Amino acid sequence: MATRRQFIRISAMGAGAVMAGAAGFRLLGSEFTDGQKATAAVLATRTPTYCEVCFWKCAGWVWKDDEGNIKKITGNKEDQHSNGRFCPRGTGGPGMYYDEDRLKVPLIRVEERGKQVFREASWEEALDHIAGKMKEIIEKNGPESLALLNHGSGGKYFTDLMKSLGSENYAQPSFAQCRGPRDVGFSATFGENPGSPENTDIRDTRCLVLIGSHIGENMHNGQVQEMSDAIDKGATIITVDPRFSTAAGKSKYWLPIKPATDIALLLAWIHEIIYNDYYDKKYVEKYCYGFDELKEHVRNFTPEWAYGITTINPVVIRETAREMADASPAVIVHPGRHVTWYGDDTQRTRAVAILNALLGSWGRRGGFYRQEGKTVPSYPHPEYPKPQKSWREWYPGKYNLADLGVANVIIDASIPAPEKDAMIKGWLVSGTNLPLTVPNTAHTIEAMQNLDLLVVVDTMPMEITGWADVVLPECTYLERYDSLRDSPHRKPALALRVPAVEPKYDSKPAYWIARELAQRLGKGEYFHFEKPEELLDWQLKQMGSSLDEMQKAGVKTWDREVDDLYFGEGEDIAFWTNTGKIELYSTALENEGFSPLPVYTPHPEPPEGFYRLIYGRAPMHTFSRTSNNPNLFDLMDENTLWVNPRVAREWGLTAGQYIHLKNQDGIETDFPIKVRITERIRWDSVYMVHGFGHADKKLTRTYGRGANDTKLITSVMMDPVMGGTGMRGNFVTFITDLERKEVTS
Amino acid sequence: MRYAMAVDTKKCVGCSDCVVACQTENDVPIGYCRDWVVETMDGTYPQLEVELRSERCNHCANSPCVRCCPTGASHFAEGGIVLVTHNKCIGCGACIASCPYDARYPHPKGYVDKCTFCHHRVKEGMKPACVAVCPTKCMYFGDLEDPNSDVSVILKKRKSKTLIPEAGTQPQLYFLI
Repeated sequence: MATRRQFIRISAMGAGAVMAGAAGFRLLGSEFTDGQKATAAVLATRTPTYCEVCFWKCAGWVWKDDEGNIKKITGNKEDQHSNGRFCPRGTGGPGMYYDEDRLKVPLIRVEERGKQVFREASWEEALDHIAGKMKEIIEKNGPESLALLNHGSGGKYFTDLMKSLGSENYAQPSFAQCRGPRDVGFSATFGENPGSPENTDIRDTRCLVLIGSHIGENMHNGQVQEMSDAIDKGATIITVDPRFSTAAGKSKYWLPIKPATDIALLLAWIHEIIYNDYYDKKYVEKYCYGFDELKEHVRNFTPEWAYGITTINPVVIRETAREMADASPAVIVHPGRHVTWYGDDTQRTRAVAILNALLGSWGRRGGFYRQEGKTVPSYPHPEYPKPQKSWREWYPGKYNLADLGVANVIIDASIPAPEKDAMIKGWLVSGTNLPLTVPNTAHTIEAMQNLDLLVVVDTMPMEITGWADVVLPECTYLERYDSLRDSPHRKPALALRVPAVEPKYDSKPAYWIARELAQRLGKGEYFHFEKPEELLDWQLKQMGSSLDEMQKAGVKTWDREVDDLYFGEGEDIAFWTNTGKIELYSTALENEGFSPLPVYTPHPEPPEGFYRLIYGRAPMHTFSRTSNNPNLFDLMDENTLWVNPRVAREWGLTAGQYIHLKNQDGIETDFPIKVRITERIRWDSVYMVHGFGHADKKLTRTYGRGANDTKLITSVMMDPVMGGTGMRGNFVTFITDLERKEVTS
Repeated sequence: MRYAMAVDTKKCVGCSDCVVACQTENDVPIGYCRDWVVETMDGTYPQLEVELRSERCNHCANSPCVRCCPTGASHFAEGGIVLVTHNKCIGCGACIASCPYDARYPHPKGYVDKCTFCHHRVKEGMKPACVAVCPTKCMYFGDLEDPNSDVSVILKKRKSKTLIPEAGTQPQLYFLI
């Protein structure tokens, strides 16, 4: 009986009776003769939060039973990020709290780095130890030799700590390993970037073009919801992807492009739109700079030219260009989010931005709206000391257009170079599992081995915690206050996170950890309030609200100051670019010595017997951080390798078979991955969901499940504009003889 | 009154939010589920079609599970919702064998469990947890006898199918195609 359930399902194929702490099943009283009494009717209390399972930060409610156990989390209807509907990860948020593998007490390393031998310590001892080491580093090399690598809400407080010490070496992999090229490409064009959540007006669009962006598998909540609205309204979806993604299944056109050739397709679309007079003439004339140069630049980039490169039929290129023009200006060529692919990513996202500008979609209904947000005041504090140097000096003159820290440069600057000593001597790592995040793991490990201090703050044991000198257990978002969520949106709004429960084990919130360290380092004046809620109340009162009001509502939304969600008819607009116009021709890139107009460059192709490694997201997981969450593990407990049937035949692979992978540099997977034979992938590529193949045994559920794509990404194609790490230039082959592989670590 | 649900396969992205929302709403132990997501694919590269749909108990009007239950634990509640009275259930599994949709599972506590259309919520005028949470809003629930209910309106507007209609169970879970 169980077989059919198991056979057909793509979700909830949990391992039978694996019970986790989350269950807490209550015996049902006999008065409930339906036998159906469940939580909703008995849940007494709710507290507001915004979700921390991903960066979308949806606001919602945490529901507890009368014994104070967290039972479920639902969306807050007033919230523009979620509209009252959480995604599977947010709904599975209780698993982050209940996961019995969580970090429980501070740990101090007792053997050499990476051997994972620690002793338990008190907070007092751990913090004194860290502060002592940090002081030593500051005295010897200056505060500029400390760096912070972070992701998520806690990072804000550690950034404040770095600033107070006099270091501006802070970076989030979400920039140079993810959306950075897009932000820089759009800023170079429009003078601003799409932000997070992106300012895409998907709900009112008539044509949505997705280039490698797999909405629905990336569960960017508001966008998934709006794509569904757009489907209801009959919008045309055009998906460009070597894989038949979920979004491709909802599309009128699927363009199964040869990987690494997207710029050629974009240039052909630009050519079609210009030379057929499809572009928005009034808009281009009024707002854009460099049209004539662009027109000349794309003169020869015909659909026939692109066909030879992309394998996309010229008829389809023409038809899809026409579809975009027909929908203009209610058309979105989506900026994407994870765009660090081939090293020319800023130029590719520039081409995307140019296409949007020609179609007149920026600032228009159904295209891109203008965001508005609240500015949360900072509590007055002494001026931050001015750093004498920063990560930017490691590669003088390079990556000047990176407007945020570049994590991989901080890593590079931690390794002594032939002519100079390492600039960075100590890392604080908060909420980011670098070995499964930043490509070229061996390089990251080399950097860590060179450090004088490595402190890791996290809720879970992760590969990164194994390398730490000191591990600090942070409590989850369900157990702490954090700063107000102030992301701009259609209307300005704030969302509040309050603790639903006391911190489990001996875990502590980031604010407390940062403040304790600051006090030990003589920087207490930068963390005025003992408790974060006192700061929140002060901030909210400055903005005409209060902690009390926000605790009841969770979210507060204001009307826009002026009604300017879209550009007014003929409105004069100054864009934040050098020319004050939308720069089709980028003066910023030209000034830095880069091509002011996007150019197609061929990229390496897989050698014989190898396949391009493409990776992506699953809707129920966020990177490598959720794979051990009991609720989400239950929905998806390993990744699979998508292989085209032709390739499978050639290699004699069978569905469900476990194999190992080896990349072009001879790097092999630690654990085998299950083969999924499917027509949904091109024959020159294979695909897996990112974030599996954990090698840390402390993650008892997810350890050894599936393959770690990051380990196979050893060839990095650097984006010369902003330092992004292009990760799609890696090729893998199959090892079918599992006997040959010993499972390690 | 006749409760029914419709799932729009054109909008479902197969994210499994319905599964985890049901688990947390109904205290379904980890490792078990009352609803699940199915993916089917037709065609060969590059002419492909994928259908994604969220499945659960079909709350059949002609339910073999209710008919075969020896204790009367499986029964019809208001609006045709098929329920199992846990403390009447002896866990014999006859219903599990009789269900063409494999919608029932043996709960570790000894009784048989399945989707209730979130009867406890519906009674309070709320939507089932899966319907309320779905980010694509692809699920519609309501009373088929009320022409203005969400489910009646959408079924009038769109083409739909049921699963395994040949089993003759008169399923009340519709899929918009």
